[in-house]
Amino acid sequence: MRNSSLQQTVPGPRSLHHTLFYQVLETDGEDRLGLTGEPDGEADGDSKADTPEIPTSVDNTPQCLNKALEGLSSRWRNWWIRGILSFTMISGFFLIIYLGPVMLIIVVMTVQIKCFQEIITIGYRVYHSYDLPWFRTLSWYFLICVNYFFYGETVADYFGVLVQKEEPLQFLVRYHRFISFTLYLAGFCMFVLSLVKKHYRLQFYMFAWTHVTLLIVVTQSHLVIQNLFEGMIWFIVPISIVICNDIMAYLFGFFFGRTPLIKLSPKKTWEGFIGGFLSTVVFGFIFAYLLAQYQYFVCPVEYDSETNRFAVECQPSELFVMQEYRLPAALQNVLRWKTVKMYPFQIHSVALSTFASLIGPFGGFFASGFKRAFKIKDFANTIPGHGGIMDRFDCQYLMATFVHVYIASFIRGPNPSKVLQQVLVLQPEQQLSIFNTLRSHLQDKGILPPPRPEAQ
Amino acid sequence: MLMLYHRKNRTNKQKFSETEGDGEAEGDSKADASEVPPATDDTPECLNKALQGLSSRWKNWWIRGILSLTMITGFSLLIYMGPIMLIPLVMAIQIKCFQEIIIIGYRVYHSYDLPWFRTLSWYFLVCVNYFFYGETLADYFGVLVQREEPLQFLVRYHRFISFTLYLTGFCVFVLSLVKKHYRLQFYMFAWTHVTLLIVVTQSHLVIQNLFEGLIWFIFPVSTVICNDIMAYVFGFFFGRTPLIQLSPKKTWEGFIGGFFSTVIFGFIFAYLLAQYQYFVCPVEFDSETNRFAVDCQPSSVFVLQVYTLPAIVQNVTRWETVTLYPFQIHSISISSFASLIGPFGGFFASGFKRAFKIKDFADTIPGHGGIMDRFDCQYLMATFVHVYLTSFIRGPNPSKVLQQLLVLHPEQQLSIFNALRSHLREKGVLTE
Repeated sequence: MRNSSLQQTVPGPRSLHHTLFYQVLETDGEDRLGLTGEPDGEADGDSKADTPEIPTSVDNTPQCLNKALEGLSSRWRNWWIRGILSFTMISGFFLIIYLGPVMLIIVVMTVQIKCFQEIITIGYRVYHSYDLPWFRTLSWYFLICVNYFFYGETVADYFGVLVQKEEPLQFLVRYHRFISFTLYLAGFCMFVLSLVKKHYRLQFYMFAWTHVTLLIVVTQSHLVIQNLFEGMIWFIVPISIVICNDIMAYLFGFFFGRTPLIKLSPKKTWEGFIGGFLSTVVFGFIFAYLLAQYQYFVCPVEYDSETNRFAVECQPSELFVMQEYRLPAALQNVLRWKTVKMYPFQIHSVALSTFASLIGPFGGFFASGFKRAFKIKDFANTIPGHGGIMDRFDCQYLMATFVHVYIASFIRGPNPSKVLQQVLVLQPEQQLSIFNTLRSHLQDKGILPPPRPEAQ
Repeated sequence: MLMLYHRKNRTNKQKFSETEGDGEAEGDSKADASEVPPATDDTPECLNKALQGLSSRWKNWWIRGILSLTMITGFSLLIYMGPIMLIPLVMAIQIKCFQEIIIIGYRVYHSYDLPWFRTLSWYFLVCVNYFFYGETLADYFGVLVQREEPLQFLVRYHRFISFTLYLTGFCVFVLSLVKKHYRLQFYMFAWTHVTLLIVVTQSHLVIQNLFEGLIWFIFPVSTVICNDIMAYVFGFFFGRTPLIQLSPKKTWEGFIGGFFSTVIFGFIFAYLLAQYQYFVCPVEFDSETNRFAVDCQPSSVFVLQVYTLPAIVQNVTRWETVTLYPFQIHSISISSFASLIGPFGGFFASGFKRAFKIKDFADTIPGHGGIMDRFDCQYLMATFVHVYLTSFIRGPNPSKVLQQLLVLHPEQQLSIFNALRSHLREKGVLTE
């Protein structure tokens, strides 16, 4: 199946043909043969919608690449294009990491906007709703509203000092939720006023499509940014693990693949799945060790208000400090080591790798099912040889949410500056009661000296 | 307006189904015959016997009137019984609304033969409710939670547990995809999620408003009901200019008349309610008596204050000052929202019913349709009141802030302690 294209595994002439000629054929012929069988099951006029569904095969390959590969046969040409583009994307990824958090945030925003556009365009094609121009405006307006809401919340937390300096920003932050809600309501009322007699159902479909897309794409890109602020390692390691799992599962499937995994993606095999799982855990373990040594990756991203730049300097938390662990007796006998030195983060990386290998593919299956349901081959044609941005990022989304929940549950507590802000907003008598409770708590713990008798 | 609207919609629908067929690209012609729900008469037998003599037109009027009175009486009774009854009531309404919308989805997409999906929809409902109610419980029942060991574990890892439960449902959905029914299944998945987004999150906001004080639950609900009734009455007597193509029975006269009368009603009703501690105090869980208690010192919003009238109004009314609750000023904005923006929720639901060619969401309430029909305007209202509360009225919840403080690292706690001490010293609250 097209989506997790690197996991095409079952060797044989037909499958090789399919792995190469994505842009020409559906891999298991479901669309061509399924048409005659499906209308009874599909209640939405699919037969009308079929012919415009397959996107016109636009060749986005740059001219230079085309010239360089002129001589080769088209089969190897496709392999080369995919390979070069993969290499380019991975290099670009490293370059952007080198450039720092500012570039990363911009990249995440760009990817989010492109994914949103791809999914909305598919919605338009499915529902032939090109002739409702208001609706395109409304979809983009809702995207801006939701982004404003989320980024406003993040900015208020992390740029607290900057916000205190500027008066208009203070107003925006104080009433942020109300302003976001008003903006959203304006869009909602516009939608209701734009309902046209003959197109009610279409318009409701597009409204629901937009909202589900916002839910999936925007909230999760926001979680990616929050993970990034925790420390770039929480952004780099999950993404690398998912990419590694893709590549490893494909390789294992290519060489050893025999038993099909799931009917939805017939090219995936159990051998690829399990091999990918084990190799991803090992890769994650080693990669975590490599990254955890550098402050640049490990420290939370802070905004330095004096230099007006992002700074990544800190005392690494205990998670990234080498610790000694005693091996259980069984392992001691085997390896003849008594203790082993690791970063605690490496243990967490095992959990992350496990999730990426076992549950991450479900995101890919979901996207495959989605593409089959709406009879599309790729989300778009943005990346030559790979399809759209959404094709590359579908497994990442579940990962981003998992990492965020994992961090919130097991790693960090609440953000101290945010808690301080909340305390300062309270009424004075509430502040006093919190102060007293905190003081007695700290005194119990021995951090504060016990109260002197004369002070009472 | 809503009451008259439902009756007329039946005749309008016949007109619509002929003209809309060419514009709808989604196989509506197949869906039409099964769209209109069979007209079951849910009226209890006793009512039927009592109204046997009257002609069917008056019979409908009487049924609607009696049911309205019953609902309002029931509402007042539940308020009297207190928060402990209101929370189950909100939950019951939420579950019923969810069920109504999901059943419509099944009918629209003929997806009765996917039994897995009904299970999955209810499973997602349980998951999302677990997530939201867990968050609320952790805040408000902090003391109770501290006592019980298993509860502490559930609260500490609440988000992770909720996420795992949701993921399980997601994976089961992916595994349940059947070759010929992909599109149907994705539609039902999206339908379920949008319904959850609308129904569950907003019922959760209603509960949060309720915990702030019963007045923040009663007052908005009453305002919306009043606006409905007043707009209908004004439209009935003075209605002439149609308001919006979507609901041809609504008129500008009804809209504006309803707006003014709702503002006045809200102003008076706010004055009446703000005097009682029972309505005004936040709902607290008393861990000694294991009951909900509403006892407090009313906040400044509910204490009478003297306002100096501007000079113009002074000349007109010959009063220099007026004594008001600040809450009454807030009530004006709440009433304005209910009258001006609330109807858009009603238009949205009307458009939805027209789009899917249904007359009512269900037949639960005789003469009125389903629960969703009665509550469509309330949802926008609940979200607005919640946002209004958090932006203009209350700050963060002190016990929640304290909980967060106690979870921090000791050095972070110390730095916050020092910052807080210097802040309090500056303000003169702390004298040491």
